[in-house]
Amino acid sequence: MGDAEAQVFEAHLMVLADPEMSGAIKQKIADDKINAEQALKEVTDNYISMFEAMTDNAYMQERAADVRDVTKRILSHLLNVNLPNPALINQPVVLIAKDLTPSDTAQLDRQFVQGILTDLGGRTAHASIMARTLEIPAIVGSDVATSEVCEGDMVIVNGLTGDVIVNPDDQTLADYQQKAADYEAQRAEWSKLKDEPSVSADGQHFVVGANIGAPKDMDAVLENGAEGIGLYRTEFLYMESDHLPTEDEQFEAYKTVVEKMAGKPVTVRTMDIGGDKHLDYWTLPQEENPFLGYRAIRISLDQDEIFRTQLRALIRASVYGELWIMFPMIATLAEFRAARQIYLEERQKLESQGTQVGDIKLGIMVEIPAAAMLADKFAKEVDFFSIGTNDLIGYTMAADRGNDRVSYLYQPYNPSILRLINQVIQAAHQEGKFVAMCGEMAGDPIAVPLLLGMGLDEFSMSAPSILQTRSLMKTLDTKAMATLAQKALDLETNDEVVALVKNAVH
Amino acid sequence: MAQSKDFHIIAETGIHARPATLLVQAASKFVSDVTLSYQGKDVNLKSIMGVMSLGVGQGSDVTIKTEGEDEEAAMTAIVEAMSSEGLAK
Repeated sequence: MGDAEAQVFEAHLMVLADPEMSGAIKQKIADDKINAEQALKEVTDNYISMFEAMTDNAYMQERAADVRDVTKRILSHLLNVNLPNPALINQPVVLIAKDLTPSDTAQLDRQFVQGILTDLGGRTAHASIMARTLEIPAIVGSDVATSEVCEGDMVIVNGLTGDVIVNPDDQTLADYQQKAADYEAQRAEWSKLKDEPSVSADGQHFVVGANIGAPKDMDAVLENGAEGIGLYRTEFLYMESDHLPTEDEQFEAYKTVVEKMAGKPVTVRTMDIGGDKHLDYWTLPQEENPFLGYRAIRISLDQDEIFRTQLRALIRASVYGELWIMFPMIATLAEFRAARQIYLEERQKLESQGTQVGDIKLGIMVEIPAAAMLADKFAKEVDFFSIGTNDLIGYTMAADRGNDRVSYLYQPYNPSILRLINQVIQAAHQEGKFVAMCGEMAGDPIAVPLLLGMGLDEFSMSAPSILQTRSLMKTLDTKAMATLAQKALDLETNDEVVALVKNAVH
Repeated sequence: MAQSKDFHIIAETGIHARPATLLVQAASKFVSDVTLSYQGKDVNLKSIMGVMSLGVGQGSDVTIKTEGEDEEAAMTAIVEAMSSEGLAK
């Protein structure tokens, strides 16, 4: 269990140990002559409504959830009712639940839990991320799992396609057992490519890199043979700490990653706090539209002391390998120029004190359509681009993919998105600049042939996707893919593009 | 002879989250009664829910009292917790 999860339980223990709470409950039992269950409920309801009433404070609202959770557990003991405990599962099962909390998921035993199927949740929900880390096939947000599946049913969960089959016939069951075995065999095959470069069928070299959030992710990066780090999300340094990380703390983290990559490029994105990422110790204003609000470079330029601290740590770490810096959420050239100016000032100060500095490249994330539209102008000033497709698609389609009602608009292959991406790649190459992609699309088997055809230089993805992508690239001819990409750009819908690629490649 | 001390809260988040946890943990180690007073309200500093219900923000002035057989040691531990976390001066 990670620190963040452990802290949740530490908070639960403190609620349990609270003398005022237990005192009030005892008092109620003695004075009001009511049973313990009722007294517990009355006292905790009081706290819950008090915390929930603090509507301007998201932190306190979460504490209300903690109190509710603890109350539920005490009640289950008082009433002698067993709450389902996923950690006690000791035979092979597919776990069907309305929803799974991260703590439920963290306790699962991979040996017994063969699959997960829930009514609620999205791809980026904490429980989904944990299931991916545990490598348990999971389908979340099915709406109907608990109403359609009964205890004792045989269930097939295909995490690759999102298909669920309840009580399959013998033939289907045998087919899927074969599919599962084939998939394992394929993974073994991919792992042979670990130390090979990523090349197309006609011998063109591409960089296949990894996205990381912390130095602890480096094991997976090295095991999967990444040729670089295309995205180091530094906000986790801030989120997993209880104070603004100091220059030295940051320096140590960056140095570790850069050294482990041994000269391969590491692209570090400066802090992207805001949007859905918050810090307990640093309250940002509540906003109507946090994703269109005060976040990332907008905060960095406004509160530049925090930004300068991070830049100094990065500049100092640069001498230990190949370190590139990129700024997130750049919308205008003025923002890039202001960020670069601050970087140059800090660099100069450090150099004048005798600090050794490596050959740092400076780039931007292209994730706001305004920057993509003006890529030709940006390309004259930056050293590189990195296309952040998750936000770029969200902002272009004006749809939050975490919102089930509009998630159908998350269409990575829609020609509108492909044209924006292509425009950015061509604009970069016009100026002889390097262009990477660090969104999920970079490791997507439908998108990779098109991106390769457009000439994307670096594909950066979560580490487990690297070898699969490298294996796919070996089968692709760049000239044929360039023709395919041109065709895709001229299509009309997302589905047409998917069909085109599947026909040509798979 | 009870101990009493005033603090000016400088932490940006006030007494929330982790700082609240640390103060409660520090106070709970002692048998003395430990009281936090803010805007005329007194709560038991050994009660996490009591402390958080006050909603003490940055810039607030609070008073902490300790009373009991180990009141001096308790106050020392609280002053220490306040300063090591940059909570108050």
